[in-house]
Amino acid sequence: MSILINKHTKVITQGITGATGLFHAQGARDYGTQMVGGVTPGKGGTKVDGFPVFDTVEDAVKETGATASVIYVPPVGSADAILEAVEAGIELVICITEGVPVLDMVKVKKYMEGKSCRLVGPNCPGVITPGECKIGIMPGYIHKPGPVGVVSRSGTLTYEAVWQLTTRGIGQTTCVGIGGDPVNGTSHLDVLKMFEDDPATEAIIMIGEIGGDAEEQAAAFVRDHMTKPVAAFIAGATAPVGKRMGHAGAIISGGKGDAASKKTFLAECGVSVADSPAEMADALLKIWQP
Amino acid sequence: MNVHEYQAKAILRNFGVPVPEGHVVYNINSARDWAKRLGEGPYAVKAQIHAGGRGKGGGVKIAKTADEAKKFAREMFGMTLVTHQTGAEGKIVKRVLIERGCNIADEFYVSFLVDRATDKVTLMASAEGGMDIEEVAAKTPEKLFFEAVDPVVGLTAFQARKVAFKLGFEIAQVKQAVPLLMNLYKTFVETDCSLLEINPLVLTGEGNLLCLDAKINFDENALFRHLRILDLRDYDEEDPMEIEASQYDLSYIALDGNIGCMVNGAGLAMATMDIIKHYGGDPANFLDVGGGATIERVTEAFKIILSDQKVEGILVNIFGGIMKCDVIATGVIEGAKQVGVKVPLVVRLEGTNVDLGKKLLAESGLNIVSADGMADAAEKIVKAVKEERQQ
Repeated sequence: MSILINKHTKVITQGITGATGLFHAQGARDYGTQMVGGVTPGKGGTKVDGFPVFDTVEDAVKETGATASVIYVPPVGSADAILEAVEAGIELVICITEGVPVLDMVKVKKYMEGKSCRLVGPNCPGVITPGECKIGIMPGYIHKPGPVGVVSRSGTLTYEAVWQLTTRGIGQTTCVGIGGDPVNGTSHLDVLKMFEDDPATEAIIMIGEIGGDAEEQAAAFVRDHMTKPVAAFIAGATAPVGKRMGHAGAIISGGKGDAASKKTFLAECGVSVADSPAEMADALLKIWQP
Repeated sequence: MNVHEYQAKAILRNFGVPVPEGHVVYNINSARDWAKRLGEGPYAVKAQIHAGGRGKGGGVKIAKTADEAKKFAREMFGMTLVTHQTGAEGKIVKRVLIERGCNIADEFYVSFLVDRATDKVTLMASAEGGMDIEEVAAKTPEKLFFEAVDPVVGLTAFQARKVAFKLGFEIAQVKQAVPLLMNLYKTFVETDCSLLEINPLVLTGEGNLLCLDAKINFDENALFRHLRILDLRDYDEEDPMEIEASQYDLSYIALDGNIGCMVNGAGLAMATMDIIKHYGGDPANFLDVGGGATIERVTEAFKIILSDQKVEGILVNIFGGIMKCDVIATGVIEGAKQVGVKVPLVVRLEGTNVDLGKKLLAESGLNIVSADGMADAAEKIVKAVKEERQQ
């Protein structure tokens, strides 16, 4: 078992004829993902490296039966690409694109309210269920099938955590990169709920960053509802305050957002907090044995 | 991206938001003329830098006459203004705003921002205007009012009314506040702001509402559709190294420590800074080289890191995913050679072709210390910098 994706998941790539889209579509196919085609408006009816190309997501879904879509469309068209996938009945949309305007995402989030489609990202590395399905830009070979779920805002820091697990002989059920943007489709909390319900996932590593209070919300869920052990790391203890966003940003969540207060709260909720990014797997092994 | 107060006010004026009449000047010669054109005094003379807290540092003065306005402007031009937001080095004043003065009867606070908890643009308001709003939030959170905006319908009149009544306005002011708030929201969404802050919004002695100060941050990701706003960027207000870095698609932020970092990925870059601190060192910067560590980018990254005189050692931490470690190693070796790195250099590579990458580093003839894992890398660079100091 796993969450979100498995060996039966049929995937299309939006933006498949672009260099990035094609490169990662090929990488996913090589990994064993059922990459069944792609979409580039105006190139419908053609093929690119064996992948059938469609003009619209609707056509692609009709012809291929795809239930998941991955988006490599540039920022100017990313929000539109997400909406198109939602309308076409795609169940899981993963938006890799970095640099999507935040107000575009505010509209997308509102549009998706009450719909069953799940969005992961934008600005994320994607989702992988090791040995079964890889959707995104992560290097497949560092992963290994096993019992640990990983959820993170970051790309390479997730690889770091996965690698620490794999080199200790511990595999992963599914690794989810939710992305580093302030407004995104799936939160830490959403993923923790899925891991809690997934029989194959025995333990979880959650990687957070400074800013917002998504990690705190997830930790409160761990405290109140989770039966599975969770370890965490929060990046950004040494990051300068207010560098990206002036003051009003931190206020609305009640002054939460710095690494120290996040770590303290996580620990209070029973999460095993790694002091250093080199100890993410070890922090999990302190409270759980495979 | 930040803009100056006078630029923010010009944008607001275009959206029908009431702001004081005024004009920016770039030298003292025109200060008196512009003051006179505004009519009789008093005038507000305001230093234009990208930081708040200007009043306390002498950057905001009230002049009774046009001559006095010129005198204040003369004092401000070229002064290094230090506020709680500029850092100790302060910022040099190159532009001064001359505005028509007004009678202030009361002060309020209004801002719009994207609230990541609700995924909506949110109006935040308080009757505690002119104060540090973070202090208000910390000490008297009940004095802050929030109104989340539905992106489909926008800020509605009833929401604006609700906030206006909470601020204690009489009906005459409520009638002014409703279009004012709705136009602020319009400005926010139509120009892709990430923060729009009016502090203070004033009630004048004549009973009118006026945005006495304005701060706007724009969402950098949306600037592609606002080229005229991009023209407002003032490079004098930004860190020259950060500008240099952005030209090579490197994300760089200078810090106070002495260990330079070069990392791929923002999360890993932050974590690398953290682990340096964890082992008793101090990071000199945040630097994300992005996905492809090509020779050119690594060379530029080395140059930028080493342009910081405080740097006494460099830690390179790359998790090669799609990028192969041997390619990265070549980039690091060539970059280090071209720049002539003389401080201790610790390189930690992980990922595809890692053994080949390490072999290349070892055979390069350069004084590169190879590390296994993040902890080892951080320990080695902290130790190397300490030893270098003792020699």
